[in-house]
Amino acid sequence: MLNQLFANPIHLRLAQAFVAILLTLLVAYSARRWAIRLERETIIALARGIIQIVSVGFVLTFVITLQGWGQWLLSLLILVAMMIAASMIAARRTQHIPGIWQVALAAIVCGPGLMIALLAVIGVIDTDAATLIPVGSIVIANAMNTMSLALERFAAEVESHAGQIEAGLALGAAPNVVLAPYVQTTIQAALIPSVNNLRSLGIVWIPGVMAGMILAGSNPLEAALYQFVIIAMLFATAGITALSCTLLARAHFFSAAEQLRVPSKAS
Amino acid sequence: MNIPLLRTDKLCRQVDGKLIVNAIDLEVYAGDLVAIIGRSGAGKSSFLRLLNRLDEPTSGAVYLHDQDYRQLAPRQLRRQVGMMMQAAHLFPGTVADNLRFGPRQQDIDLAAAAIESLLAQVGLPAFANRDILHLSGGEAQRVSLARTLANQPEMLLLDEPTSALDERAEREIEELLLQIFQAQQLTGLMVTHDTAQALRLANRAILLHEGKLLYTGSVQEVLDAQSTLC
Repeated sequence: MLNQLFANPIHLRLAQAFVAILLTLLVAYSARRWAIRLERETIIALARGIIQIVSVGFVLTFVITLQGWGQWLLSLLILVAMMIAASMIAARRTQHIPGIWQVALAAIVCGPGLMIALLAVIGVIDTDAATLIPVGSIVIANAMNTMSLALERFAAEVESHAGQIEAGLALGAAPNVVLAPYVQTTIQAALIPSVNNLRSLGIVWIPGVMAGMILAGSNPLEAALYQFVIIAMLFATAGITALSCTLLARAHFFSAAEQLRVPSKAS
Repeated sequence: MNIPLLRTDKLCRQVDGKLIVNAIDLEVYAGDLVAIIGRSGAGKSSFLRLLNRLDEPTSGAVYLHDQDYRQLAPRQLRRQVGMMMQAAHLFPGTVADNLRFGPRQQDIDLAAAAIESLLAQVGLPAFANRDILHLSGGEAQRVSLARTLANQPEMLLLDEPTSALDERAEREIEELLLQIFQAQQLTGLMVTHDTAQALRLANRAILLHEGKLLYTGSVQEVLDAQSTLC
């Protein structure tokens, strides 16, 4: 119906966005019936979301017009900025733990940073801005979500098992030994969404890359295979990120004399 | 001259600007079992945790065999000065898995016979393959004690080891502790709220109040002092 009213593609997308916003606000206001107040948070999130994504659209439009080293360098800068932002967001829920932001940043570099570089060098993903930035952002965002889960779960495991951890320390065990069971639990939990994505691929969902390629006129089989490449890459990146952030975070729960430090969220 | 096994020198710990352990000087000799007595919040457990460096002193020192314990690796210190906590905090798995844990940190694989010997000492023969989920509170505390003894410590710190148990289990653990301390000639410090327990088990006591050491002497002397000083 909307595509009959709006011939200009930008106008059409604006209209579609307006409808989507209306529906979202309707859900938020409906929740008031059950005394769930979501309006403020929803309005802020919608406003931030649309401003941020449209800004990115403008930036990408500019970057794509550049040629040679200029495009490549600017793409790299954008990805680095995304990684820094991702590490800050991922560490936010566990910011009461000293040094956790540095852990998050190191894990983002180990995970998405290395993976994007490796896949670009091998040729699995193209190095033009139109491919590198969107695909890179998907990898970084996925790693960020995995890392949020991992850090929060790890902190919760350490806090709730402080007695057992100290019992282990009191028996002369090294911190890494007493934390080993909780590292395992954390990584398994953090990878549940990635495992589910792989398992449900094509059955429950057709991801955006494949959908976008088909809409743009690509062969569906080619789109499906490329989508698998992306999802497998996301899984590998999530694994590296979960492992590196959890292993790096361990040291931040102990003093130099191997005493457990469990900072409270209130501090 | 008799050198104390453990000595503290103006030991302090400050948390959030408050001195929870305030300049405590104490000497503990081989064979002593010292009861640490005081009201809730007096700093008893805080003081105990400083002695195996589970917490770090803000100032002052702890000497083990006249050596500053900061010169020892923390893991080595904690093997020599074992701790039994209020809750057993057993690790998932069997009783034998728990007993093997401490020696395994030194690459020592505890033989089945050694495990049975430890369990016999704590009154739990043939419990080696029992899952820890199927233990009663008293049995769990016995396993916790056996697990600590597996490291062959020369000193034991006991942080209210029976407070979470019913009266019968409490008495059983007390008798067990008395037997083991006498048989192995262990030295120990024990935090307790139970004055009768202190009289039954300890040969000395100290009285803490607001982090400070107010009195030291025999258990009865300290209990008498508690009523006048606190």
